[in-house]
Amino acid sequence: MNPPKFLGRAAVNTVVAISVLYTLIPALWLVLAAMKDSDALFGSDILSLQGFSPLKNLQDLFAMDKGIYGRWYLNSLLYAVGGAAVGALVSIACGYAFDKYVFRHKEKLFGLVLAAVMVPQTVLALPLYLLASGTGVVGTVWAVFVPVLFNPFGVYLGRVFSQGYVPREVLEAARIDGAGELATYFRVSLRMLGPGVVTVFLFQLTAIWNNFFLPMVMLSDQKLYPVSLGLYSWNSAATTSPEYYPVVIMGSLLAVLPLVLAFALLQRFWRSGLTAGAVK
Amino acid sequence: MTTTLARPESASRTPAPRVRTRHRQGTACAVLMAPFFVLLVVVFLVPAGTALWLSFFGADEPGLGFGPEHTIFVGFRSYAAVLADPTFLGGLGVVALYCLLYLPLLVVTSLGLALLLDSGVARLRGSARLALFLPHAVPGIIAAIIWLYLYLPGLSPVVDLFGKAGITVDFLGIHTVIPSMVNIALWSNLGYNVVVFYAALQAVPREVIEAAVVDGAGGVRTALRIKTPLIRASIVMVVLFTLIWSLQLFTEPMLLSQATPMITARFSPSMYIYDAAFTRNNYGLAAAASVILLMCTIALSYGVTRWTNRTREAAQ
Repeated sequence: MNPPKFLGRAAVNTVVAISVLYTLIPALWLVLAAMKDSDALFGSDILSLQGFSPLKNLQDLFAMDKGIYGRWYLNSLLYAVGGAAVGALVSIACGYAFDKYVFRHKEKLFGLVLAAVMVPQTVLALPLYLLASGTGVVGTVWAVFVPVLFNPFGVYLGRVFSQGYVPREVLEAARIDGAGELATYFRVSLRMLGPGVVTVFLFQLTAIWNNFFLPMVMLSDQKLYPVSLGLYSWNSAATTSPEYYPVVIMGSLLAVLPLVLAFALLQRFWRSGLTAGAVK
Repeated sequence: MTTTLARPESASRTPAPRVRTRHRQGTACAVLMAPFFVLLVVVFLVPAGTALWLSFFGADEPGLGFGPEHTIFVGFRSYAAVLADPTFLGGLGVVALYCLLYLPLLVVTSLGLALLLDSGVARLRGSARLALFLPHAVPGIIAAIIWLYLYLPGLSPVVDLFGKAGITVDFLGIHTVIPSMVNIALWSNLGYNVVVFYAALQAVPREVIEAAVVDGAGGVRTALRIKTPLIRASIVMVVLFTLIWSLQLFTEPMLLSQATPMITARFSPSMYIYDAAFTRNNYGLAAAASVILLMCTIALSYGVTRWTNRTREAAQ
């Protein structure tokens, strides 16, 4: 091998390695910091081998403010898993209908759906709040659960997946057999759309788990907070009472785990979703 | 709703479509679409309309309640108030600076990494992609918490390390706070965009690249002159989504504002809206600011699309 090519290879691998370190080190810091007792944490003594107290940190986390963290965690799971499941089914059904049926003004309606993707959440927050307080749902679970079901990008993905996964011949065969349209959708098409449903579910799960603005606007009762908002409120408390720092760190680590797990387990699904979203 | 007017796709091909089948298909289509469109109306169209309405109407006697008898048409008064407010214009400036730093940095580094991974020279490509992607699974607020603690003196091993070397760094100072936020966003989104670009690069036909190599193009030349133009659609998409996302800048400054006086309550347009609506209870002002932010988003998206269409035509 000639030297320039070898040098190029080394340079490429160095650049990639540095980028990987850049993404991994903060994550590693979170793991290490969550394991350390507060003396080691505030002494910036992160890299030494002393001062580990992971179990005590966990206990502290679930004991802080009468164990409200457990409550937040369950809330987040409920909002995210429930919302993503319902939202994915709603979006996929609509995307499928856009792909498989013909009706007037179809492309105009689809344009409206795409336009909705672009509208920032902050723009809709105030009117949504006024709407919620007008109907009396402000401060309840519904005020944060219903708006997150709306996922126009999921409709777009649903249409793309429907084009790719459900051949028209299947529908025509079902029609000749005299099967009802909806029965065909639920028994045949939805199964073929399985990977698409999982992709949209995963994207929406991440979005809802990350959601912070809407709960902040809608909720005042700490018991209904999702983890994101709970950690935010603890972090603001930490500026005056530093004993909150260790629990925020441990709480953040636990809050990351479900998503990392979901992404790791469902890798092949979101990969296909990314390609569908990007290449088209 | 117009969805009930559905007719079968095959109607044009089969000469005798049965009316009942057509009707059944229309019903099915409506049933499948109804839940989404109910949501679209309730959580999108009605709120968007309300925002528009609020921006043109206001209480004639502020502070005396918001009953309908006090609400009058105020025209563009709220818009004028927002556009004359230096804190709002400052927020727009902050977001503009943030985009100017973040957008090129993100696109160039993620495209560069994707090209390196695609070149076949890099090792452990699968693991590298996964490691780069990891931060995307970290919620935005937690990414901000991690980096805030890495910026904070007393907690941060980085500040401590610099301190031992005799260098004082302030990541949350007046000149560093925006780059510090760009860094949080870059960390969160770099890997995601690498995966998007990599997927697009993998879809480039291998014959095209082989032809370039046969013609004597080197690795760098192939990457920049052949591959990059071929994944233009992905690049445009990333630019568009990043732009829309950046204009909403809220979570990071909101969290960092707890730790530094450099971030005021109206630091970015989204924070301005939040402050106007929920701290000052000035709904007209908040709604007008929302509509202006939306207009900026639409104008920029339109600009990006137009610009890319023009460069594509120029290239052909």
